Amino acid sequence: MTEVKEKPVKTVSDVTVRFAGDSGDGMQLTGSQFSDTTAWVGNDLNTLPDYPAEIRAPAGTLYGVSGFQLHFSSNDVHTPGDVPDVLVAMNPAALKKNLPELKPNGTIIVNTDSFDKKNLKLAHYDSNPLEDGSVDGFHVYKVPITTLTTNALEGTSLSPKEVNRSKNFFALGMMYWLYNRPLDKTEEWVKLKFKNKPQLIDANIKALKAGYNFGEITEIFTTRYNVEPAKLPKGTYRNISGNEALSLGFLTASVKSGLKLFLGSYPITPASDILQFISIYKNFGAKTFQAEDEIAGISSSIGASFAGQLALTTTSGPGLALKSEAIGLAVMTELPLVIVNVQRGGPSTGLPTKTEQSDLLQAMYGRNGEAPVVVLAARTPRDCFYMAIEASRIALKYMTPVILLTDGYIANGSEPWRIPHADQIPEIPVKFRTEKEGFFPYSRDENLARPWAIPGTPGLEHRIGGLEKEDITGNVSYDPENHDKMIHIRAQKIKNVENDIPLLDVEGDDEGDLLVLGWGGTYGTLKDAVVRARDNGYKVSQAHLRYINPLPKNTEEVLGKFKKILIPEINMGQLAVIIRNRFLIDVKQFNKVRGLPFKISDVYGKITEIIGGNNVN
Amino acid sequence: MSTNSEVKTEKLTAKDFASDQDVRWCPGCGDYSILAQVQRTLPDLIKKDKEKVVWISGIGCSSRFPYYMNTYGFHSIHGRATAIATGVKIAKPELDVWVATGDGDLLSIGGNHFIHSCRKNIDIKIILFNNRIYGLTKGQYSPTSEKGKITKTSPFGSIDYPFNPVSVAIGADATFVARSIDRRPKHLQEMIKRAGEHKGIAFLEIYQNCNIFNDGAFSILTEKDTRDDHVLVLEHGKPMIFGKNHDKGIKLDGEKPMIVDLSKGQYSKDDLLVHDEFSDSPVLAIILAHMTDHPDFPTPIGVFRQVKKETYDQGVDRQIRDVTKMRGEGDLEKTLFSGNTWEVN
Repeated sequence: MTEVKEKPVKTVSDVTVRFAGDSGDGMQLTGSQFSDTTAWVGNDLNTLPDYPAEIRAPAGTLYGVSGFQLHFSSNDVHTPGDVPDVLVAMNPAALKKNLPELKPNGTIIVNTDSFDKKNLKLAHYDSNPLEDGSVDGFHVYKVPITTLTTNALEGTSLSPKEVNRSKNFFALGMMYWLYNRPLDKTEEWVKLKFKNKPQLIDANIKALKAGYNFGEITEIFTTRYNVEPAKLPKGTYRNISGNEALSLGFLTASVKSGLKLFLGSYPITPASDILQFISIYKNFGAKTFQAEDEIAGISSSIGASFAGQLALTTTSGPGLALKSEAIGLAVMTELPLVIVNVQRGGPSTGLPTKTEQSDLLQAMYGRNGEAPVVVLAARTPRDCFYMAIEASRIALKYMTPVILLTDGYIANGSEPWRIPHADQIPEIPVKFRTEKEGFFPYSRDENLARPWAIPGTPGLEHRIGGLEKEDITGNVSYDPENHDKMIHIRAQKIKNVENDIPLLDVEGDDEGDLLVLGWGGTYGTLKDAVVRARDNGYKVSQAHLRYINPLPKNTEEVLGKFKKILIPEINMGQLAVIIRNRFLIDVKQFNKVRGLPFKISDVYGKITEIIGGNNVN
Repeated sequence: MSTNSEVKTEKLTAKDFASDQDVRWCPGCGDYSILAQVQRTLPDLIKKDKEKVVWISGIGCSSRFPYYMNTYGFHSIHGRATAIATGVKIAKPELDVWVATGDGDLLSIGGNHFIHSCRKNIDIKIILFNNRIYGLTKGQYSPTSEKGKITKTSPFGSIDYPFNPVSVAIGADATFVARSIDRRPKHLQEMIKRAGEHKGIAFLEIYQNCNIFNDGAFSILTEKDTRDDHVLVLEHGKPMIFGKNHDKGIKLDGEKPMIVDLSKGQYSKDDLLVHDEFSDSPVLAIILAHMTDHPDFPTPIGVFRQVKKETYDQGVDRQIRDVTKMRGEGDLEKTLFSGNTWEVN
């Protein structure tokens, strides 16, 4: 036996890896394990899970391919990466679907065992791409992953099917070796996950180690890579997805307001995680109600709000449409309520597992009557935490429904989050009305909020409802002048929120040739595109809206200092409609609605196209 | 104004539950009787904490009900009263939550919420004002209108088969199911009381006359000369006897009910079906429910079924207690810092 020689380690600063395989191959698990370990070793990172709507599409098919992209670096990371440097393809369909997006000269690691006649046919390959020149120009590592996993697990009591399921751990182990990452975190996870199935703990850890050792001893890998930890601010970190951050944000708002959390919701992709996370928080007194439909989800939350809890409902686009009438009821009854819309591809059922920003106008205007609500948008996975708290604060302070928009990309994507200490997060003051003297259900405080007098309070028995209310008394009123007055009061109340939110911040110079104005989950991509343009001498800055209704007070002033405004959106131009309408200014649009995040290069291309002549270089 | 400024310390009366709002139902509407019986009965159920009573409604004539009650009230949107009531009850289990609803509100647009609140045993009291017509929209057929009914939207007769609300409730495993009639105030009061005392979902169907759009829909059950021959008053533990002369009885022939004549000597009381409200099996209740509207049978009123089950809010609170016992009171700092964390120095 030859002695295993330590292989050379090459340091690189920035890597994008995509794991791809059948939707039953465990690629999401592999990707998230690699992410957690990568975060733990101190890299900055950003992830993009991309999976089909079918849970177990027929094996080997193109439409059954599930992918997980991960961008990690020793520098700051804001996006999951435009193009992968490395593709791990577990079958021919995964190769076929992802090869066009791989970086020229990129690396491919394939499971050669799956490249049989049947799978090639399912992937619509006439000949084997590994032999017919299709992958020329790439660094291809051909590894018989299935065979090697089977060999490693010989002698275990597992069925061949179970053995086959462990092959993603072999692939993960191999990638850990290649990128010089420890196995500990995944081993811990496996032990916890399968604590009632010791034979699976044993098998998966064996497969993981076999993959790692294979890297060490095989002759096909000559080099391994190292990505140094990023220089992140000091603190304690965890890797967090948008949906989990959002759930923790609402839990925090519950603790900080002293109100128990109530979530009435109906499962819908990609928002279901939030219901799952919050249903764990029972020892905080959080109550979750999995309703019979979307309408019952919001209606039960309106009931809980009436009864004095921090009430929340979560959904995605089609569910927001179903909730419209009830949101109008919350507007009319002026009850605090947070509605989360994790946007996905539309219209109709659309692309349930893909991302989009096409519900902005639905959030703004999608109700009968004049029914203004506060509209907020989180911009990164970790920002979901802070915006959940902010949405709760505004809803409670102004007695109003607040729609908080996120999207499939930031909901499922993850990044390292420097965890704030609970005691550093401000309290959210809440006061229930108990004083009988002078109580009127529709009298108002300085913010135009009406009193919150909850059932169970002696002497404050009163009725609310969806019929127009008489100013102050809250009695049903059909009086024309009163209706006009109430319409204006409700509008003014929402407008007043502008005095209570941060000003719009400009990243880059305060003036210049172009301002790239965005909102929501495109933040990271726009930031990288703008920085690249600035590095190349363009006079470009960035501003990103987290508050859309009302807009920050200085929005017009910010926009006015740039010669041109570009609004890139993953829709047909919905923020552009709002900005043009509000400020009567011209704005350029960039719209690409593919169900995927923008590519930095696409946005950069648009920036240079618009101000091409102004390049000082 | 729609607030109350008096807090009473002595026993409550019907007057305490009446708000200062003018009642705006059509003169002669059956809703007046229901309102009066509710206001008369609530003092028997609510000893002093009037502030714990909440009335929730959807849309329709009956849904104006909360405005006339001097309690907490919520007049919501069409069909959703049950879902809103569910949220109120789960959020604050100490409240007494009542739903006032109609046949269109509860069984058409709100049908989904109705069956699921039954299935989940949400501890709310649903009072269905069934007039078998859409009144507030001025006279279209409803999900309880009889087949063949001529209305504005069924000029040649409705081709719908109607819902039998009691049967729907029993089928959805409601733990309390009863029926009464607006024109039988004493019986109605008793049923309201029984519904109010029940722990769990209580469904009370009230036949209510709409004298504008469906006048006389239940006259056979309410008029002096016909009612006794057409109404079977259910009483627990008692044989099922009806008829002007108390001479007709219900007997089971296999799974089928049959009417027997007690005056001829062939059958006696001992042959008759005896009502059992508390049976674990829903079979008897379903058989009785299906006698409704049958041309050959009397329509049963009274409690069809009452069983005990953990309520939804009890389940929620039990889990919160159990999990808190297991994991300790929630600690925000610990939760934020849980999972795979790492330090950057």
